[in-house]
Amino acid sequence: MEIGLTQVLIAVAYLIFGPLLGGLLAGIDRKITAKMQGRFGPPILQPFYDVRKLFEKEPVTINTGQDFYVMCCLIFMIITGVLFFIGENLLLIMFTLTTAGAFLVIAAYCSNSPYSQVGASRELLQMMAYEPMVLLMAVGMYMINHSFYVKDIVTGDKLSFVYLIGMFIGYLFILTIKFRKSPFDLSLSHHAHQELVKGVTTEFSGRTLAALEISHWYENIFLLGFLFLFFANGTWLLALIGVVVCLLAYFLEILIDNGYARMKWQFTLKSSWFVTIIFGGLNLVLLYFFGSFELL
Amino acid sequence: MSFITKSPWIIHYDGSSCNGCDIEVLACLTPMYDVERFGIINTGNPKHADIFLVTGSVNEQNISVVKQIYEQMLEPKVVVAIGICATSGGIFRECYNISGGIDTVIPVDVYVPGCAARPEAIIDGVVKGLGVLAEKKEKLSERLKRDYIESDDLLDPLDDEIEIKVYGVQDAADAADGKEEA
Repeated sequence: MEIGLTQVLIAVAYLIFGPLLGGLLAGIDRKITAKMQGRFGPPILQPFYDVRKLFEKEPVTINTGQDFYVMCCLIFMIITGVLFFIGENLLLIMFTLTTAGAFLVIAAYCSNSPYSQVGASRELLQMMAYEPMVLLMAVGMYMINHSFYVKDIVTGDKLSFVYLIGMFIGYLFILTIKFRKSPFDLSLSHHAHQELVKGVTTEFSGRTLAALEISHWYENIFLLGFLFLFFANGTWLLALIGVVVCLLAYFLEILIDNGYARMKWQFTLKSSWFVTIIFGGLNLVLLYFFGSFELL
Repeated sequence: MSFITKSPWIIHYDGSSCNGCDIEVLACLTPMYDVERFGIINTGNPKHADIFLVTGSVNEQNISVVKQIYEQMLEPKVVVAIGICATSGGIFRECYNISGGIDTVIPVDVYVPGCAARPEAIIDGVVKGLGVLAEKKEKLSERLKRDYIESDDLLDPLDDEIEIKVYGVQDAADAADGKEEA
């Protein structure tokens, strides 16, 4: 794919507005969560205050490797988002996303803290749980648009949502894992108390923790962008519907987060694979036999 | 402006007490008092925390625990002793196993007396702690700036106010000292 001025501008826009939007989303998330629990809640800008504060803390690290791996996680997450928003190949995006996740796991494994170690193991389990669905989605998108390039999928005239409704449901399911929401926030939760102290981030502090938080903001924007892909067919009306659906999906995740207790990892793994096979797999099979029919 | 006052994360530890103050500390998190509106989060992880809330007096068995939590917290950090037991030992003061208030083990910045301390008093204490936190933050940034200019200071933290712990470097220095002695 050619890299033109537009692509560079989009990449820069994502670099700047990605974390701004992501942080704002996190702030709104905390406010809505507080309202759901009958509390007043923190200011909308609280996530930004938190990250600024983390940068003000004394720089202490367990070992220099840890900082390096967390920075790699952040960098790969940014690369993932940039590749997505400039319309690159979906398969490449999946691999960079997984690489970012793998770096987080390594960063957690590189300290001897048992909490951090268990958090890392659980993070791996979570990756095992959501990864098949993500890959199936790329295949589904290819079967509809005959291209792995996000650019072609966005401008393609077919509405992916109609053909890939099973995939859409499956993606909503794994979004709970990716957003680190209950009942699937096994390795790391944004809630105060949990059985693993703070899971993978137990040994991160100060700016390392801030870097991870920022990568989480980038990730959330990318994930919502992926959800948007289901509705993109080049028209403004559907683009608007896509954005609304993204916001509704995020609200749904907050609702689920507040409504459920944390599940065991066995349930997470089994249920996400069940949903992947039933909704994702069945969708793919139907697409294989009837995909040539025009639904819309 | 210091952002640390806008996002003070706390860690809560109970020494030896009747648990009355603990319940009041947790009451601060409920919808009634909702300390999260000040950006306060109960982290449960000393590495993420800025404010150490201690309830109850210190006994012989948990001296090391209190010290360890304090040492694992990163500068700038503030200790708030909650309840009369934490400030002076309270009714447990004369017990054979009690070493007294928290300040017999670690430096305390804010004392919140009361038996049990009311949630309003606890929130007031934390807010008072924020002032100390901002002061300490200023000192830390001066210190870090100076260290950046004279980086040798990192190996020799002699500042009486704030002791900088750079574990990797410190360990290496200790190891080197050990070798020389051997």
